[in-house]
Amino acid sequence: MQEEIKTVALHDIHTSLGAKIIPFAGFHMPVRYTSDIEEHKTVREKVGVFDVSHMGEFLVTGPKALELIQWVTSNDASKLAIGQAQYSCFPNETGGIVDDLLVYKMSEEEYMLVVNASNIQKDWDWINTHNTVGATLQNISDELSLFAVQGPLALDTLQSLTPVDLRSIPFYHFAVGELAGIPDVILSATGYTGAGGFEIYVKNEHASRIWNAIFEAGKDHGIQPIGLGARDTLRLEMGFCLYGNDITDETSPLEAGLGWITKFSKPFINSENLKAQKEQGVAKKLVGFILNEKGIPRTHYNILNTEGEPIGEVTSGTQSPSMGIGIGLGYVPTEYSKPGTIIIIEVRNKRLEATVYKLPLLQI
Amino acid sequence: MNFPEELKYTKDHEWVKIEGDIATIGITEFAQKELGDIVYVEVETVGETFSVGEVFGTVEAVKTVSDLFMPVSGEIIELNEALEAAPELVNESPYEEGWMIKVKLSGEPPADLMSHNAYSELIGQA
Repeated sequence: MQEEIKTVALHDIHTSLGAKIIPFAGFHMPVRYTSDIEEHKTVREKVGVFDVSHMGEFLVTGPKALELIQWVTSNDASKLAIGQAQYSCFPNETGGIVDDLLVYKMSEEEYMLVVNASNIQKDWDWINTHNTVGATLQNISDELSLFAVQGPLALDTLQSLTPVDLRSIPFYHFAVGELAGIPDVILSATGYTGAGGFEIYVKNEHASRIWNAIFEAGKDHGIQPIGLGARDTLRLEMGFCLYGNDITDETSPLEAGLGWITKFSKPFINSENLKAQKEQGVAKKLVGFILNEKGIPRTHYNILNTEGEPIGEVTSGTQSPSMGIGIGLGYVPTEYSKPGTIIIIEVRNKRLEATVYKLPLLQI
Repeated sequence: MNFPEELKYTKDHEWVKIEGDIATIGITEFAQKELGDIVYVEVETVGETFSVGEVFGTVEAVKTVSDLFMPVSGEIIELNEALEAAPELVNESPYEEGWMIKVKLSGEPPADLMSHNAYSELIGQA
């Protein structure tokens, strides 16, 4: 099943910018242009641009569009207004998560689903299998580029390129308008960094023009291209889940702290079991933690209680570039999930003390 | 990329500078670039004796952790204490301020240490 590794539309631009390119989720992706830490700080303090065109996009249209989305996703898409987006997940039938995604309401009978690159085929198969109501589905992943323009100066950078009043777009809302002379660009006030900014969806044929215009507009703001390395440390400081690490086919959205996008106001795949799980209470929970001593937690390191007994595993970990200390996420039995609880992270041959924190781990 | 001619190299991307029976050891410019920002150099083996190829410590970058392998046999007599507060020296100055350990050689250095030319060829920079 070895598939060819794809390239994003602007692959040559990333290469010429000196990016280190790695295979990620079936794509050749820029992981770093200069330095993970510098890129991270650029996004926290100024503005940075990620090419995340590897992400997948599906259009769900027709009179049955909402009905299908309500059945396959856990959040309540009937609450969306046109021009609004919501975070959601596809629950599977066995208690886990097929993928997490964004649902955009484009018009009354048109929605766009944005899914993880690594899961495009799995998600596509999944929604087609469950499309018993007959909604129209279209996989437009290979046609769209996606740029995340993130950071406190993202709005100022983009505003000079568009007549759309970006300040009037609330968080998790979007507008479709002109950007750098290109019509019908989706300007979405969303992101995976906690630094604010926009995600911009544009057809591949306009990608280089948009990219270049954004960098020109951001020149005086210190704009820089940002790789996937910094994307991971930025999201981890916020405690945002990464599919494949923190949420999987086997983790329940309730265990993962995604109860807020699991709405029992309507039936959906496996909703009865998840509802029962909610009523009984979950046995384990995903928590964020900060190390109390020097060291860096990594995926699959053991979590112990203070008696030294294994209680769980780190699912994501790094050194926080903003705070200069080790941070991570991991599953622990519910009794250890309260903020302030002391846990132990086994870092190679050492046992390092950590404290469970409420998310986000970075207090901005 | 810069690989000084007076140094010897290993396929694990370490460099060795031999002066008498003392070897100074660090990682190459290629290695630091591949790893990215180095945030922690953990060497807790000062005073211990190792054979070629044994792990004497680890280097942690933001995204990855890597073992450090002994390019020579001998006793670790010194650790670069500056790396405790400033591990980024390994990125900024891999051959000078970013050195990692000094080793008192036991016997001759291994014959398979690479020259500047051989190492450049190994990483495709010749």
